Amino acid sequence: MIHRFLNSGCIAAAVITVSLLTAIPVAAQAPGPVDGYNVPRTADGQPDFEGFWTNATRTPLQRPAGMASEFYTAEEVAATESREAELETAPTVPGTTADVHYDYSQFGLTHSQSTLATSLRTSLIFDPPDGRIPPMTTEGQRIVAQREEEALLKGGRFASAETNELDDRCISMGGSGPPMMDAGYNSNYQILQNRDYVMILTEMIHDVRIIPLDGREQADGKIRQWIGTSRGHWEADTLVVETANFNGKKPFPFQPDAVIRPTYYGSTESMRVTERFTRVDDETIVYQFTIDDETMWSRPWSAELPMKKTIGPLFEHACHEGNYGLTNTLVGARLEEQQAAEEATAKKSN
Amino acid sequence: MRDRFGKWPTMLAVIAVALMLGVSSATAQSTDYRAPRTAAGYPDLNGIWQTINSAHWNIEPHAAGPGLVRELGASIAVPAGHGIVDGGAIPYRPEALLQRDENFANRLELDPEIKCYLPGVPRATYMPFPFQIIQSEQHIMIVHEYAGAVRTIYMENHTPAPAPTWMGWSHGSWDGETLVIDTQGFNAQTWFDRAGNFHSDALHVIERITPRSEDTMLYEVTIEDPEVFTRPWTMSMPLYRRVEANAEILEFECVEFVEDLIYGHLRKQLDNGTQ
Repeated sequence: MIHRFLNSGCIAAAVITVSLLTAIPVAAQAPGPVDGYNVPRTADGQPDFEGFWTNATRTPLQRPAGMASEFYTAEEVAATESREAELETAPTVPGTTADVHYDYSQFGLTHSQSTLATSLRTSLIFDPPDGRIPPMTTEGQRIVAQREEEALLKGGRFASAETNELDDRCISMGGSGPPMMDAGYNSNYQILQNRDYVMILTEMIHDVRIIPLDGREQADGKIRQWIGTSRGHWEADTLVVETANFNGKKPFPFQPDAVIRPTYYGSTESMRVTERFTRVDDETIVYQFTIDDETMWSRPWSAELPMKKTIGPLFEHACHEGNYGLTNTLVGARLEEQQAAEEATAKKSN
Repeated sequence: MRDRFGKWPTMLAVIAVALMLGVSSATAQSTDYRAPRTAAGYPDLNGIWQTINSAHWNIEPHAAGPGLVRELGASIAVPAGHGIVDGGAIPYRPEALLQRDENFANRLELDPEIKCYLPGVPRATYMPFPFQIIQSEQHIMIVHEYAGAVRTIYMENHTPAPAPTWMGWSHGSWDGETLVIDTQGFNAQTWFDRAGNFHSDALHVIERITPRSEDTMLYEVTIEDPEVFTRPWTMSMPLYRRVEANAEILEFECVEFVEDLIYGHLRKQLDNGTQ
């Protein structure tokens, strides 16, 4: 788990992003329900979202710089996917983090080994039309700078469990959101419905969202949660979920170009997320979300990614219970500091 | 499958089978009540439920006693309870009883709840937190507020447990009004309560959940574990519906509450005098 997104992960992501830069624009794909698709219904008569789904994607959240078009061709996406699949199983360089880290492909955890929720989009973001997160507000920049300063005062990432990344702490791997985005691996979900609730289980860290559909009021603003508090309703055959009451401590999920300052980037307590789930065919739920956070961003922004039907079951991801990685990271960091101190002392005495 | 229980021939068959089996007195009482049906025709167990007892402290009968943290005084002292084990005592093998007593003596260090670990089954049910049952035809989910512990009950496609887990691998079936959950595939790391009652990875749990009124259900459990117990034993207790209009499973993400406890000794000593 350790260094999953740092070092080797970042480098691989950068390579992938660069490799996506050379594509040609194509016609837009329709985001709404496919005409004539007879949406399956639950026994209660609601559109049926039940089953196992994945949102594993190779599409970056933000459109790569220099890319003008909104969509790739299917051939371009296929070529990119096979190129990246090769990268995932390429031999590692001895002495690098990737070399000592366990091999994801041995455990079926790479994207090329899972169902991919392929999209032709060049970025998940479709609004603003340039496919980029809108500029931070002045207040947003101040908040980010303050968070970075506080983190330094606490000794940096490896000073303690609390200063480490949320995924290494087994608090959140991003998949549950909201917004729900590719967690990096195991991006699997199970959806269950009854008349009054939709339940979404995220495989990573067994995060569960239980979304009431009974029209109840939003929870009191003193209740703050990692996943916020969600309220859902139906608009025709689309499930609309509005979420508020975030604790403001969660960054946006990992994406190649959003990983730069993951701990400090992204959300405040004033964030609201609106999600729209629409079943467009037997294999696909189109998932759209809009982020409103006037404290952080100069305007709302929206993204879309498909959720594709995958095979179950989900397995128990008891992350915290087996978190040897965090212990080992902290032990390693303390040893390095001790060695550095001993070397400094030795130098002085010479 | 729809309206399965709404059809007379099926109902009659269920009643006939129940009569032939000669169900236990507790179950027989509860079958007097017929639960509302889901749209798919099954007894409707949907809702947010919770137990009211002190079994999370000790599933056996116990007197009131002091807590383990002096500074917290009476606020975390242990309330007395009749226990939930039918017959009172758990039939431990002699060496296992010694282990239980040792667990109790060292519970501050050993109880997995203190470290925010997944609670296992059936402990999750009678912890002092609500849980929600979300019912569909192929799967039933039980989502606990504590630590976000979650169980998927597979109502069809029953397959062996793929690996040992904290919350087990659960197969469900309907026995008339009763949801029967058969769970195996446990690891040996969970306890039954805060008093050190424990099991091995041979644990086999059979739960029976039977609606007994609009807002209560009977929860019966059979525990089998020949490595730890001399015979199967049972526990039973009511489940109460959380009837508040705004009842909701909220977040109890306790990992961040225990990080200093678990990893604090590895904290960097900072130059500014803080840790």
